[in-house]
Amino acid sequence: MKGYKIIVLAKQVPDTRNVGKDAMKADGTVNRAALPAIFNPEDLNALEQALRIKDSFPGTTITILTMGPGRAAEIIREGMFRGADDGILLTDRAFAGSDTLATSYALGQALKKIKDFDIIIAGRQAIDGDTAQVGPQVAEKLGLPQVTYVEEVKEITGKKIIMKRRLERGVEIVSCPLPLVITVNSSAPDCRARNAKLLMKYKHAKTVTELQNSNEDYMHLYNDRPYLNIQEWTVSDIESNPEELGLSGSPTKVKTVENVVLQAKEAKIITSADNDIDQLMRELIESHTIG
Amino acid sequence: MANFYNDNKELRFHLQHPLMEKIVRLKERNFTEKEKFDYAPMDYEDAFDSFDKVLEVVGEICGDIVAPNAESIDAEGPHVVDGHVIYARGTQENIEALNKAGLMGMSLPRTYGGLNFPIVPYIMAADIVSRADAGFVNIWGLQDCAETINEFASEEQKAKYLPRVCNDGDTMAMDLTEPDAGSDLQAVQLKATWDEKKQTWLLNGVKRFITNGDGHISLVLARSEAGTKDGRGLSMFIYDKKNGGVTVRRIEHKMGIIGSPTCELVFKDAPGELVGDRKMGLIKYVMALMNGARLGIAAQSVGVCEAAYREGLQYAKERMQFGKAIIRFPAVYEMLATMKAKLDASRTLLYETARFVDMYKTYMHISEERKLEKEERDEMKQYQKLADIFTPLVKGMASEYSNQLAYDAIQIHGGSGFMKDYPVERIYRDARITSIYEGTTQLQVVAAIRGVTTGAYLAQIREYEAEKVAPELEYMHRSLIILTDDYEQAVKKVTASNDNEFVDFHARRLVEMAGHIIMSYLLLLDTNRDRMFLKSAKNYIAFGKAQVKAHAEFIRSSELNDLGMYKYEM
Repeated sequence: MKGYKIIVLAKQVPDTRNVGKDAMKADGTVNRAALPAIFNPEDLNALEQALRIKDSFPGTTITILTMGPGRAAEIIREGMFRGADDGILLTDRAFAGSDTLATSYALGQALKKIKDFDIIIAGRQAIDGDTAQVGPQVAEKLGLPQVTYVEEVKEITGKKIIMKRRLERGVEIVSCPLPLVITVNSSAPDCRARNAKLLMKYKHAKTVTELQNSNEDYMHLYNDRPYLNIQEWTVSDIESNPEELGLSGSPTKVKTVENVVLQAKEAKIITSADNDIDQLMRELIESHTIG
Repeated sequence: MANFYNDNKELRFHLQHPLMEKIVRLKERNFTEKEKFDYAPMDYEDAFDSFDKVLEVVGEICGDIVAPNAESIDAEGPHVVDGHVIYARGTQENIEALNKAGLMGMSLPRTYGGLNFPIVPYIMAADIVSRADAGFVNIWGLQDCAETINEFASEEQKAKYLPRVCNDGDTMAMDLTEPDAGSDLQAVQLKATWDEKKQTWLLNGVKRFITNGDGHISLVLARSEAGTKDGRGLSMFIYDKKNGGVTVRRIEHKMGIIGSPTCELVFKDAPGELVGDRKMGLIKYVMALMNGARLGIAAQSVGVCEAAYREGLQYAKERMQFGKAIIRFPAVYEMLATMKAKLDASRTLLYETARFVDMYKTYMHISEERKLEKEERDEMKQYQKLADIFTPLVKGMASEYSNQLAYDAIQIHGGSGFMKDYPVERIYRDARITSIYEGTTQLQVVAAIRGVTTGAYLAQIREYEAEKVAPELEYMHRSLIILTDDYEQAVKKVTASNDNEFVDFHARRLVEMAGHIIMSYLLLLDTNRDRMFLKSAKNYIAFGKAQVKAHAEFIRSSELNDLGMYKYEM
């Protein structure tokens, strides 16, 4: 069994789950500097599905493909610490200002260059835009079948993959030929933690630009250990029509953004687990809301 | 989203102790493994960075998975099906998470798939895991047994078993106790007989109170010399669950650490592999195993202290009575300050001891590769002596403090703390065993009293005394010098009696006096490096001083003849 070639599409996003007062700038755009940059949560769910395939099919390789500024290399490393084999950072000023259409175009062109893959897997949506469009658009651009809202890859035999989809009113088991694009829901299992050995192995991994800007003490390593060099692709590394990239390739124009102040100070997520419900009941009784 | 390493800056402080560089340099044989292993460090800074990052992973798993699972594991517990243990669901999740993160076999050599971490970061991981779930740290912490295999087993056995611990997530157990052999292990009866036909040792008998008794790989203490009655007839064996022959008769119903299965085991012709030399089972190997395990329990105790302190603190800040948070009442903030001082004191003693163990064990392993220089040999002996007297001291002191902190944490909660609604009641139940297993506090005192009578504690106290501290901390230094006089007087008085019973009678008091002075010094030296410990140092010295004075007074007015007064019925 030679395993599968998996590409995980991932995005580095501002952590919008814990926003403070300075989360937005006066002009209504997201103040990225005020929010920590994290691995988009559903992309981590997607990575976990990829890692499970790798666990079952030795010889499987996982490549993280991400588009973003230089610091987005961080999530490639995060992926490698968890079991991804390598990554490609697509970064160029020409990509700046991309909406979902321009993003999927750039990713699609990068994937055409990669060419050889069996499964493209991404999170359903990113927490900064919540569009859930990039995955499906990439599939369209590559002319591949797409399966969205996946919760679990159940089985792969040869060129056929069976998955469970989580829909609003139930689940659906679907089968699809490879290659394909999958998007994964947050209801899928959480991604495993970083692995100690992989962390120590890959912690020095850097892109060329990062390497140039650092005073790395271990320069010789990057010749001796090729896996420490994270590939960095600019617009000149992919075939593309400049019109379809970045701002000019993005029909979405933000008219205004309103800063909504929520009334409730904090929200709580309560799952259907007995513990959570017990706890909620206790709190409601304690606060004399009921009883 | 919680990270139990990053939210506790005291841990990183202890990881950065000045002696660490030497420990790591020795442990890494001057960083020669980097050519062979892609995850070996380049130099000390790189190694430290790796410890730091790996502990961050430990902290993340503990905050996100282990701690949230603790309550359901405590409620569900493990159970026995067909003679084998099924862990609680949360326990299985914890094991899987830590396994996938490669956190088994942390201190084992890389050749066997280990991380080759020194004891200090390994013990720190145990400290963190224990804060998350003191019951679970038992299962995870039994990777200590692999250290004993690494120390004493043959190359063949190491190659066979150690990779399974590091890579396959095999858990371990140490099968020592029997119904009639608890504190007195010389009485072990489980029989090991050589079977000529099968060319193997066969184990027959019963073991009791065995933590994780159904683990994949077990170290078993058994009587290999028929007809003998004492410790010299005992040998150590490896039992591999794959071979079968051992069943779990029952799991004990315990007060605490419920997630950790405590098993009664029946051995029926179970094949065992002899470890090391015959007859050395108890005398040499169990002693080493126990010392490692005792340090582990000390780490467990410190983790419990951390959990108890945090629960107490949080509640005291949130609970409003008489129009204000209860932490603002002297009766409560004093309790919390003393808890924090005891926590910091136990922790600094824990890492001091771990460093001593690291120094001597690393030299010991090096001595198997090459002849040590005289200077190195002397240093090894010195650190071994210190490890030997500090291990029972930290196990005894930290486990007693974990009980005290758990008690106080409930006290701060008032009636609510007595209810099952808050984690403190579980912490209280979990704490209780720490001062009992791997040798009760009374037995730690038996091991530690040598440090008092030989003057070894005093010599180490003098070492601390000789260290320079900043002028503004000098007053604490001076008060500890005076306190040391009280200790010396008390030791003189007791040893001058030349009566063993009199020494035994005061042993705990003397060991505690040494403990208070040593922990006070360590906190003072910590404060000298970082002022975040200033309050704890001041408060602990005030507390320790009162304790030492009380013991000194008790001893001063005690005479050999008084012992009869303590004997009611015998």
